Amino acid sequence: MVQAIRDALDVMLARDERVVTFGQDVGYFGGVFRCSEGLQKKYGASRCFDTPISETGIVGIAVGMAAYGLRPVAELQFADYMYPAYDQIVSEAARLRYRSAGEFTSPLVIRMPCGGGIYGAQTHSQSPEALFTHVCGLKTVIPSTPGDAKGLLISAIEDDDPVIFLEPKRLYNGPFNGHHDQPIVPWSKSGLGELPEGYYKIPIGKAAIRRSGNELTILAYGTMVHVAETAAAEVNLDAEIIDLRTLIPLDIETICASVTKTGRLVIVHEGTRTSGFGAELAAEIQERCFYHLETPIQRVTGWDTPYPHAQEWSYFPGPDRIGRALVKAMEA
Amino acid sequence: MSLSRSSCRPALHVPDSPTRPDRVGDYSRVCFSAAGEVERPVPDADPETLHRYAFSLVRVLDDEGVARGPWNPALDPRDLRKGLRAMLKTRLYDARMVRMQRQGLTSFYMQCTGEEAVACAFQGALSKGDMNFPTYRQQGLLIAQDWPVVDMMCQVLSNSRDRMKGRQLPVFYSSPEAGFFSISGNLGTQYVQAVGWAMAAAIRGDRKVAAAWIGEGATAEGDFHAALVFASVYKPPVVLNVVNNQWAISTNQAVAGGMATTFAARAHGYGVPSLRVDGNDYLAVRAVSDWAVERARGNFGPTLIEFVTYRVAPHSTSDDPTKYRAKDDQSAWPLGDPIERLKHHLIVIGEWSEERQVQLTAELEAEISDAAKEARSYGTLHEGPKISPATMFEDVFKDMPWHLREQRQTLGY
Repeated sequence: MVQAIRDALDVMLARDERVVTFGQDVGYFGGVFRCSEGLQKKYGASRCFDTPISETGIVGIAVGMAAYGLRPVAELQFADYMYPAYDQIVSEAARLRYRSAGEFTSPLVIRMPCGGGIYGAQTHSQSPEALFTHVCGLKTVIPSTPGDAKGLLISAIEDDDPVIFLEPKRLYNGPFNGHHDQPIVPWSKSGLGELPEGYYKIPIGKAAIRRSGNELTILAYGTMVHVAETAAAEVNLDAEIIDLRTLIPLDIETICASVTKTGRLVIVHEGTRTSGFGAELAAEIQERCFYHLETPIQRVTGWDTPYPHAQEWSYFPGPDRIGRALVKAMEA
Repeated sequence: MSLSRSSCRPALHVPDSPTRPDRVGDYSRVCFSAAGEVERPVPDADPETLHRYAFSLVRVLDDEGVARGPWNPALDPRDLRKGLRAMLKTRLYDARMVRMQRQGLTSFYMQCTGEEAVACAFQGALSKGDMNFPTYRQQGLLIAQDWPVVDMMCQVLSNSRDRMKGRQLPVFYSSPEAGFFSISGNLGTQYVQAVGWAMAAAIRGDRKVAAAWIGEGATAEGDFHAALVFASVYKPPVVLNVVNNQWAISTNQAVAGGMATTFAARAHGYGVPSLRVDGNDYLAVRAVSDWAVERARGNFGPTLIEFVTYRVAPHSTSDDPTKYRAKDDQSAWPLGDPIERLKHHLIVIGEWSEERQVQLTAELEAEISDAAKEARSYGTLHEGPKISPATMFEDVFKDMPWHLREQRQTLGY
């Protein structure tokens, strides 16, 4: 997925001279996860550069640049570090179009690695998507495959609204079935790593059905798409697995069509449970599909605790926990 | 040598204000230089050689109304009269809008009384295509470029002609055409955005200048620090303005750190040159602004300007300063009134008279009355033509997503 992100940046830097990218360690070094490797050399320091360690500054200058007419792609080194930038994201980027009635806009992308599974503990593992989906004026995107990551990032850069682009860092180098004790399979050997060349887009606001099925629906995004797929296979259920890809705007049609068909729903996310995005999904779906539901909607999420270090695999909503929820959703 | 016991006793230092309702202010710290005293360095001077300008006060007009020294911008009398007109119009506009707020035609208003020279003179240094990132007290930037006051009033009244469709608090103007960035209201956030805008101009190779605005109180925000760091690192064409009007609502500049050093001096930690200027001296403000804009446009880097002025009016129509400062505190303010000072100067050089001042005042009052009448014909916050609540759901995104369309329908539109 690292290659996918780099490809998308490369394609867009070449295609649109308004595109610039920057962040801590992004320029010369190419990013701590190597997502911008080689881009400074290729496009010059004024299009791909290092910034001081200031998330407020990184997002603040991005807002000014976007208002000027550039297409800034800012990298925050970890989603866990976005809090100093939150005011610039919530009060500025997200609301500029609204408060100026469209006279000023901020078409920027803020990329940030999210999620756990790498022994990152509480400051390198967070999934703060609900803090963005709660904000009006932001689009929130989270890919689960390299092909989607590239197509969605290109869409995000071309989008006229601010886009939060969450990159599940556990997926950077390969898919993850949730079994941490198994060897890592790189994307190239997984069968899921297809990465089309050149320019193409995956539309923002469209979910993907990863697996068609009839017994129940699973909603997931990011890392949890792969974990949920593993869990369903392990309990032998014919699950329809929907990868949301975009959280806002949500592809409610695809979701409702599936839930109406299966009558059973399990929502999986890595972020904390209370007021998590799963709560929004459950509320929205019960309003629309209540009479089609055979059993209560189940949520499998991170616990309402900070992300621990040594206890990572008790925290992570792995295949066992998801499997139990799937079985429960089938009862009665 | 040993320290005395009392001086070593730990105690929290909480700065007091130089004025309170029971005592008129002591502003003796403010005035550092006589008119004409401060030298004028070349705009491309090495920042290392400019430190002393953070501790002096560039002043041009002396107490007799004579323009003195190397900072005298030697403006044509026509430009001086234009400046006087802009400042007076700003003051009369403010007075009118406060009256309209008191009449219940809108919810809120903020005046810039006493600070008119800062925005009005600064605007003269900018060119078409430059961009201000203002706070809520820089209406003079618009008035000085003859932006239609009807348009401003419609915003304040949130009426059917408000280009912002009634979404923003009164005085939060916005106009790309006027080089006036949409006002946020979250203090300090736009300071770093101005730096980003200027970086974009540099990336594109455009000769455009951004002007960041902040009050002395909000320099305590992290955004100020971020802006200075980024300005220092990338040296974009930005002028970083700090309007030190002594007051952040009831909080004196002492609590923002103003007793420890000048606000201008903060720039030194970042290697950014800074100047301190008499903000009530139209000529000095214009000269310093020209200098900083020339530096920016010549790609010599950012400049921080501290405009030393005094907030005569309450913070807003929701504020009562008699609760926290002396009633006649303004009388202790040593830098006078910007309109009176420029008027005096014009009279001294034989280019103006008290009669013409009276005439101008009447003319501007009539203009503002006519504008107010027109603006009211488009509605007020509570009466007359309205912007449909359906518009509330627009511009959240470029294209309205389904969930907002559903919410709009739920509201009945």
